[in-house]
Amino acid sequence: MTVTSMASDDGSELTIVIKGRFDFSVHQDFRGSYETLSSKPEQFILDMTDTAYLDSSALGMLLLLRDYAGGDAAKISIKNASSDVKRILAISNFEQLFTIENNE
Amino acid sequence: MGSRKDERLITVLVADDTSTDRLILEAILRKQGHRVLSAEDGEQAVAVYSAERPDIVLLDALMPKLDGFAAARQIKTLAGEELVPILFLTSLTDADSLVKCLDAGGDDFLSKPYNPVILQAKIRSFFRMRAMQRTMLEQRDQIARHNEHFLQEQTVAKQVFDNITSGGQVDSKHLRYYLSPLAVFNGDVMVASTTPAGNLMLLLGDFTGHGLPAAIGAMPLATTFYGMVEKGFAMSDILAEINSKLKSILPVGLFCCASMVEMNFRKNTVRIWNGGLPAAYLHRNDGQVEQIKSSHLPLGVLSNKKFKSDPALISMAHGERLYLWSDGIHEARDLDGEMYGDDRLLAEFANNQQPDELFDDLLKSVKHFVGLSEKSDDLSLVELLMAPVDIADVNPDSQVVTTQSQLAEWGLTFEIKPSSFAIFDPLPLLLSVLLEVPGLRNHSGTLYTVISELYTNALEHGVLGLDSSIKDAPDGFDRYYQLRRDKTQTIQNGFVKIDLAHKMQADGGSLTIIVADSGSGFSLADYTQKNDKHYSGRGLKLVQSLCDTLEVRGDGNIVAATFCWHTDD
Repeated sequence: MTVTSMASDDGSELTIVIKGRFDFSVHQDFRGSYETLSSKPEQFILDMTDTAYLDSSALGMLLLLRDYAGGDAAKISIKNASSDVKRILAISNFEQLFTIENNE
Repeated sequence: MGSRKDERLITVLVADDTSTDRLILEAILRKQGHRVLSAEDGEQAVAVYSAERPDIVLLDALMPKLDGFAAARQIKTLAGEELVPILFLTSLTDADSLVKCLDAGGDDFLSKPYNPVILQAKIRSFFRMRAMQRTMLEQRDQIARHNEHFLQEQTVAKQVFDNITSGGQVDSKHLRYYLSPLAVFNGDVMVASTTPAGNLMLLLGDFTGHGLPAAIGAMPLATTFYGMVEKGFAMSDILAEINSKLKSILPVGLFCCASMVEMNFRKNTVRIWNGGLPAAYLHRNDGQVEQIKSSHLPLGVLSNKKFKSDPALISMAHGERLYLWSDGIHEARDLDGEMYGDDRLLAEFANNQQPDELFDDLLKSVKHFVGLSEKSDDLSLVELLMAPVDIADVNPDSQVVTTQSQLAEWGLTFEIKPSSFAIFDPLPLLLSVLLEVPGLRNHSGTLYTVISELYTNALEHGVLGLDSSIKDAPDGFDRYYQLRRDKTQTIQNGFVKIDLAHKMQADGGSLTIIVADSGSGFSLADYTQKNDKHYSGRGLKLVQSLCDTLEVRGDGNIVAATFCWHTDD
C-alpha cells in the first residue's frame, strides 16, 4: 500500500503510482501526492500497474483529484489497470470521467 | 594384467637353442638394464611367456620342438588384445627370410651378430608402442564403461520422462495420441488430465533444441500441469504459471511451443490456446477443416506481465475431432529431402471418408512418405473427439483428490469487536481464506471490493454512525477519516460480524457473504437515490453490480450478497 509520485521536468505532468490496495488507508498519501506541489500540473497519469484492489472510497478519491485538476477540464489518465480494477471503474462509468488507457 | 612395473624395467624373454648366442644377447640386455627371462626352445618360450608375461619376446626362428614361427603364433594368441612385440633373431639376411619372419606374426627382426645400439633402440621403441597400446585399450574400456553407464541412465531417465510427460494419466475414448519413441529426447511433451469438473485438459509442447536440455524443461511443465489441473485451476492460470516457471528456469533461447486445450463434454465446447505450434485442425462433421493458428508467443518467452493466456472458445458438435501436432509431421522429410507439408496434410483430411480412421490414416501417410529416411521418429499427433461422457469414464480418483486438496464446501463466521476496529483490518485474512478456493482465485479483485464495501459500510455507518455526507463538504474526506480514526479508538460497544459460506454447484460454486453490524440499519431505497457526482455513495451500487444477489435484512443492519463463479469463467 504505497503511493509515490513523480513530476515531469517542467512540472506539467504528474505521474502517481499506486501499489497494492487502493482504499481509504492511502487517502492522505494520495492527496499529498498532488496537493503539496508548488505548481498545479496540467496532466495527471495514474499508474495502476501494481494496484491490486480498489474500493468505492478510492473512487471518491479519484473524483477529488478530478475536481482538483479542473473538474470537466481535468486531464487524467489511468494506465495499466488490471481487468478487475477496470471492471470496477466501468461499473461506476468512470471511463466517462477519466481516460482509461489500454495496457501496453 | 602385468602390474605397473617401473617404466624403465622392461622384461624381455629370449628364446634361442644356441646357448652361446642366447648368453651373449642376455648379457647385452642385462647390461642395458632390462630384466631377462630365457628359454631354450619354442615350447619353453610359450610356457615362460604364459607364466611371466614379459613385455617383449625375442625368438630364434629355428628351434627344436616348436620353431619360432609357431611359438610366435601361440604367444600372440595368449596375449589376446595386449600388444606383445615379437622380434625374430636371425642370421639370415636375404629379403625372403626376413619377410617370412614378419609374415609369421613377428613385429620386427634382429640380425646376428647383434648391434647393442640398434637392439636398445628397438627394445625401447617397441616398449613405447606397447605402452601406448595399453593406454589405448584402457581408454577404450573406460569409454565403453561410460557409454554403457550413460545408456543405462538414459533408459531410466526416459522411463521417468515417459511416465511424467506422455499423458499416461488419461485413458479416455476422447483422446488418441501418438508420440514417437524418441519424442522425449526430441523435446516433445504431452500431458493430459481430467479436471475436477470432468473436462479434459491437455497440453502438447515442443521445446526448442534436442536432447537433455530440452527434456529437462518437461519436468516442471508436467508437474505444474498435473498439480494445477487436479486442484481445479483455470486453463489461463495454468498457462500463466507454466509460462512463468519456464521463463525463470530456461536459458534465453530455450522455450516451449505449445498448444493447450480444454474439452468441455457437457457444453460441447473447447478452449484452445496456441503459442507457436503449427495450426491445430478442427475436423467438422460436414468435412470442413478449420485451422486454429498460433496467436501467442511460446511458453517461457514473455514475463508474466506481458504474457497473454486468453484461450479461444469454440463449439464442437458430437463426432467432431480436433488435431494437434508438433512440427514433426509438417517437417517430416522423404529420401529426397522434401517436406510432408500442409498440402499433403490437408489432402489427407479432404480424402477422408471415415473420420474414425483419420488418425491412423494420417500416421500411415506420414510414415509412408518418410519411408526409410532417418527422421521417421520425430512425430507427435493428438486427436481429441467431442462425445458425450459416460459415467464410467469419470475418473473416481480425481474426485477423491479434489475433495481433499481444495476448499469446496465450508462456512466461516468472523466477528470483530470494538478494541480491534482501530488496529485490525480483516480483509487480508478473509481474502486469503477465499483464495484457497481455486474457483474464487480468479475473482480476488472483485471479492476484495465486495467485502471491503460491506465491511466499511457496516463499520463506518452501522457501528460508528458516521454520515457519508460529511465527505461532500470541502476537505470532507480528511474530516471524515479523522472522525473515523477517533471513533474507532474510543468506541466501547458494537460489533461487525462477517459470515462467509461457500458451496459447490454443477458448473462452479457460490459464495454467500453476510455482514451484520450492531448499528440501527439503513434503507436501501434512500441510499440509492444519491447523485452520481458525489464523492461517496457508490459502495453498495458496486456490490450490487459485482454480485449475483444483494439484499438488506433485519432492520437494515444485515446485508447479504451472493457471488457465483463458473468453471468456465
